[in-house]
Amino acid sequence: MLTEFAQWLTALGGRFHTAFVEGDRWKLYLEGLGVTLGMTVVALILGMVLGVVVAVIRTAHDQQRPKQHNFLLGILNLICKIYTTIIRGTPMMVQILIWGFVIFASSRNKFMVGIIGLGINSGAYVAEIVRGGLMSVDMGQMEAGRSLGLGYLDTMRFIVIPQAFKNILPSLGNEFITLFKDTSLVNAIGAAELTYQAMRIGGRTYDYMPPLIGSAVMYLVIVIIFTWLQGILERRLRQSDRR
Amino acid sequence: MIDVKNLSKAFGKNLVLDDISEHIHPGEKVVIIGPSGSGKSTFLRCLNLLETPTRGTITFEGTDITDPKCNIDQIRQHMGMVFQHFNLFPNMTIRKNITLAPVRTKLMGQAEADDTATALLRRVGLEEKADAYPAQLSGGQKQRIAIVRALAMKPKVMLFDEPTSALDPEMVGEVLEVMKQLADEGMTMVVVTHEMGFAREVGSRVLFMDGGHILEQNEPHAFFANPKEQRTIEFLSKVL
Repeated sequence: MLTEFAQWLTALGGRFHTAFVEGDRWKLYLEGLGVTLGMTVVALILGMVLGVVVAVIRTAHDQQRPKQHNFLLGILNLICKIYTTIIRGTPMMVQILIWGFVIFASSRNKFMVGIIGLGINSGAYVAEIVRGGLMSVDMGQMEAGRSLGLGYLDTMRFIVIPQAFKNILPSLGNEFITLFKDTSLVNAIGAAELTYQAMRIGGRTYDYMPPLIGSAVMYLVIVIIFTWLQGILERRLRQSDRR
Repeated sequence: MIDVKNLSKAFGKNLVLDDISEHIHPGEKVVIIGPSGSGKSTFLRCLNLLETPTRGTITFEGTDITDPKCNIDQIRQHMGMVFQHFNLFPNMTIRKNITLAPVRTKLMGQAEADDTATALLRRVGLEEKADAYPAQLSGGQKQRIAIVRALAMKPKVMLFDEPTSALDPEMVGEVLEVMKQLADEGMTMVVVTHEMGFAREVGSRVLFMDGGHILEQNEPHAFFANPKEQRTIEFLSKVL
């Protein structure tokens, strides 16, 4: 038993050597990591834009004056509600498979398809985060803006959204981390991100343990770095409160 | 200037304003007093449609502002409002607080708005605070800035919703002083307040509200010397 373990341990170096150093395979991981980060950033931007638009539409709809309901806003609100319900009510994996094998079945640009799937998914969650943030801003701020003659959208843009953003920064950071890890699902439709590369190398060397553990460590390190940066940013913002 | 006809406001089943008709003339300083829950703040907030009336009409300089087709943003540019809790924008400097609305509504360019802000701040003795943030100011300073912010829009009427109620007692004076100046310059003002001294000294007319009605009104000296309604006498005996 003990000797088996010792043998396993001594073989480890060689296995990791095969998975990372041989044939310059480490370059493939870096390439995959680059794709993963690229997808995360673009999907995050897409998700943020979608999320803010949906959140503003839904909040605007809820804040209408009585007896003056806008028909167009009602339709937009309904669309937004259907969107968040579907996205939050179905598994991310299934959504990505549908994007890759049904809607964009003939597309060869898996990177783009992955981004669309991830971004649209993230948008639904960001929308709920932003909506909560908008509602957390004191009603007096909206009233003050409107009483000065500013329109609803101007008041939102210059007064409410900047304050809401600060309140929701921690939640947005978590959403970024989730999104970053969820990119691994895009592997299922064949986008060449980090998990995809790890699986490919595992297949070629007939040894899945080193590449998968290695990729897990890479995800972990990036998340730890990001969490650290997030902490610094939040401390800065808190300082500006006390100024 | 502002004509209120048969104004009612209900929150759910709770009737807060009951069929109020009133007229506010240019240059008047109308002071509204009354016990809490009497509807005085709601009445004031209806005047610039921060609350939507349940029934009745409000006309501002010939425009029916309760008409759904009325562009309320444009009307509000002519009606300044000061809140009990100041509602300064914490994410902007004082200068930006003051200049945002005039610039965004295209009333002025940024340079002109900056000059206006400086002039107005000098008037209330706070010009050195232009680049400070609201969190750095005392309550009295915040409220003076809030008044200045409303004035930057060059309004025709100023609405004050209990402007001194959230202040420490020693800061009440500095805010009332600014309001008094404004009154002397001929600004039309509607003020909801608990400051009876201010009502007596500055008001041109005092309205006493209770239970969603304007129970009694008079010019201040007669009002405080000879209140007619039993409810008014009771109220005044408690606050004076």
